[in-house]
Amino acid sequence: MSLPFRNSGSAAAAVALLALLGACDRESRNTRGQPLGETVPTGASPDTIYPGNSQPPPLTAQAAAYENNAYAISQGQQLFTQMNCVGCHSHGGGGMGPPLMDAKWRYGGRIDQIAASIAEGRPNGMPAWRSKLTSEQIWQLAAYVRSLSGQVPKDAVSARADTLSNTPPQTQQTPEPVLPAGSAQQ
Amino acid sequence: MRRVIGAVIAVGVVLIIAGLFWLNHPRSHNSVAAVPTSPNAAKIVPAAGASPPDDGNWTMPGKDYASTRFSALNQITPANVGKLQVALTFSTGTTEGFEAPPLVVNNTMYVVTPWPNYVYALDLTKPGAAAKWVYKPNPAAAAKGEACCGPVNRGAFYDNGRLFVNLLDGNTVAVDANSGKEIWRTQVADIQKGETITMAPLVAAGKVLVGNSGGEMGVRGRLTALDEGSGKIAWIAYTNGPDKDVLIGQNFHAFYPKDQGHDLGVSSWPPDYWKIGGGSVWGWISYDPQTKTIYYGTSNPGPWNAPQRPGDNKWTASVFARDIDTGQAKWAYQTTPHDLFDHDDINEIILADLPYHGGRVPVMLRPDRNGFFYVQDRRTGQVLSANPYGYVNAYKGVDLKSGQIIPNHALDPKENRVTRGICPASPGAKDWNPSAFSPVTGLVYIPHINLCMDMAVQNANYVAGTPFVGADVKMYAGPGGNRGVLTAWDPINGRKAWEIKEDLPLWSPALATAGGLVFYGTMDGWFKAVDAKTGKLLWQFKTGSGIIGQPISYRGPDGRQYIAVPSGVGGWAGAVVAAQLDPKDPTAALGFANAVKDLPTKTSPGGMVYVFALPQ
Repeated sequence: MSLPFRNSGSAAAAVALLALLGACDRESRNTRGQPLGETVPTGASPDTIYPGNSQPPPLTAQAAAYENNAYAISQGQQLFTQMNCVGCHSHGGGGMGPPLMDAKWRYGGRIDQIAASIAEGRPNGMPAWRSKLTSEQIWQLAAYVRSLSGQVPKDAVSARADTLSNTPPQTQQTPEPVLPAGSAQQ
Repeated sequence: MRRVIGAVIAVGVVLIIAGLFWLNHPRSHNSVAAVPTSPNAAKIVPAAGASPPDDGNWTMPGKDYASTRFSALNQITPANVGKLQVALTFSTGTTEGFEAPPLVVNNTMYVVTPWPNYVYALDLTKPGAAAKWVYKPNPAAAAKGEACCGPVNRGAFYDNGRLFVNLLDGNTVAVDANSGKEIWRTQVADIQKGETITMAPLVAAGKVLVGNSGGEMGVRGRLTALDEGSGKIAWIAYTNGPDKDVLIGQNFHAFYPKDQGHDLGVSSWPPDYWKIGGGSVWGWISYDPQTKTIYYGTSNPGPWNAPQRPGDNKWTASVFARDIDTGQAKWAYQTTPHDLFDHDDINEIILADLPYHGGRVPVMLRPDRNGFFYVQDRRTGQVLSANPYGYVNAYKGVDLKSGQIIPNHALDPKENRVTRGICPASPGAKDWNPSAFSPVTGLVYIPHINLCMDMAVQNANYVAGTPFVGADVKMYAGPGGNRGVLTAWDPINGRKAWEIKEDLPLWSPALATAGGLVFYGTMDGWFKAVDAKTGKLLWQFKTGSGIIGQPISYRGPDGRQYIAVPSGVGGWAGAVVAAQLDPKDPTAALGFANAVKDLPTKTSPGGMVYVFALPQ
């Protein structure tokens, strides 16, 4: 996401200048950046070996835009309860489904891999949500799921959960390492 | 002076606490009506016809249609049990919760595993019990993610040369017991709607009775009867809905006015909620061949968030008596109307004949999830007594005149607040793991738990095939700090004879033997034998994994008495180990993970049958 002002100093100077000019015109801002075309998040391989090229493909612009975005994480938290993710994964500790707050990932812990798992489903009972959720909702959910294991900056997560659960605040979550896909296979 | 004031305050505090305890302590109202005149007038015996003489086999999980889990074999006694040693072991290759008992029929042992529901036939006449065959039914893997409490199986049923097995993905199969070949397969539940099957079937009078699981998934609970020969569906009795679906007709006579009326399975719900209201049939069925009547209970209503479904929510958390040929209900009794806490009614039902007012009355004995031990006339459903066998503050008692449980409204969960200190917690004072009844001692041996919980509820959104719960739960040990209890219960006098406190929740069923012993296992893997009269620990053996499976006793080809037990932790209580949950989240496994945070340090997953015998 691009912001017109790189630091607060220049922002303050610009505001002061505008004020001096008698506020003839409203401040021109582009705080939400350019809209990105939504695409269904599929195709992110959970694998870690790329023959002939040892580098995993870089995150797409969509994935990068959602990754540490406070709004997306907050929306994802709401969806996590509303769409019954919480019924299987609890608040990250797991139950019918695997835990999401630890270091282990069956199908990869990168945001695009998480989004692909949500959209496409997984064979041991994870439903394929592609037909039930919009692409934006899937990305938002993926952003929230990634935050459960403390992978996002503390200023991007909510200190208070939406629900009255007894879970510790996300701001107190210790970041877990992201082990490669398959680390939780039984 | 200061000391005197301090003492006065201290005494006052003690009095207030004592008063509160007295007020909160549940009492059975009008319990006089329930207690028979003299405890020694006569003994309580299993229902005649439902408990034939022991032939040394173990053909069904409950041992007999009366569900006694009592073996008449008596070679192993309190005097010699100390010498019990391993005779045989068998690995299933699975690491999920291992709840199914091995069955033994004509010197063959049949072992059913959790998903993928393999069946092994072991020849007990061969050295090391060589396998005769293994049957692999290939149930869908997706079913694992639809089963609330682990991909468990609670046992097969042997009848007339065939094994009947329920598969997790909603199918029931009949397998030839000699060859291991599948004879028929019938789909009974739909995983697309969140339905699975975990219960053991009951086979009687040419019918195979199968219920669905999924009380946490917004399913429509039901019991299905299949024709034993062909597998074709004979009748379906829904738990909720109009009387014609529930198979309530002219022969239906509920004992209490609260259970009488037309289409209560519709009118006791908000519009259309009965279609997604749970009431699954995932527990135990008993059968009285003399009256051709089956008895079983139904699960919790869905969602757990009770304010979302005002009304009694019939017929969830209820017990039914039905004619086995037609499925028509004879009577029903809703044990916990408008359940608030996931207190299902699916626990075992022991059929017995009880001395009562100088005569005998045919009864059913039900250690219920809500914490009360119900003694009911099984002809009518009348409650003769209902006394708490564990610590209960969520209810104030059971009114025997109206049949109503008396709620403690101070603990009603409400939206936008957390209700704390609810006892028993959602798995109840006792969950699925059945008790054993010994006609020798007249006692019911109840393996159960002592957990309380905090609960926060919110609106749940129904999406078919996903959980329909709407509650955050956090469980912890109840008063005393011990999470498990084995209670020996005297059903005639409605009180406990003795109890053994266990640190971990007891998730293993019990076995009673005529030799005077009771066997049970703990979640850290100890298999124990105690004196049936006193509860004194006489022998124990540490198995490889935690025990949540059903122990049995049988006569081997050499004429000796054997004891067998599955070892393999899992299920709801053991999910923190079997599914590697993260207990940092206290709501994991619907709140159970918090109560057993220490379990991963005490046991590891496994799947093994252990068989014990006295030295030759």
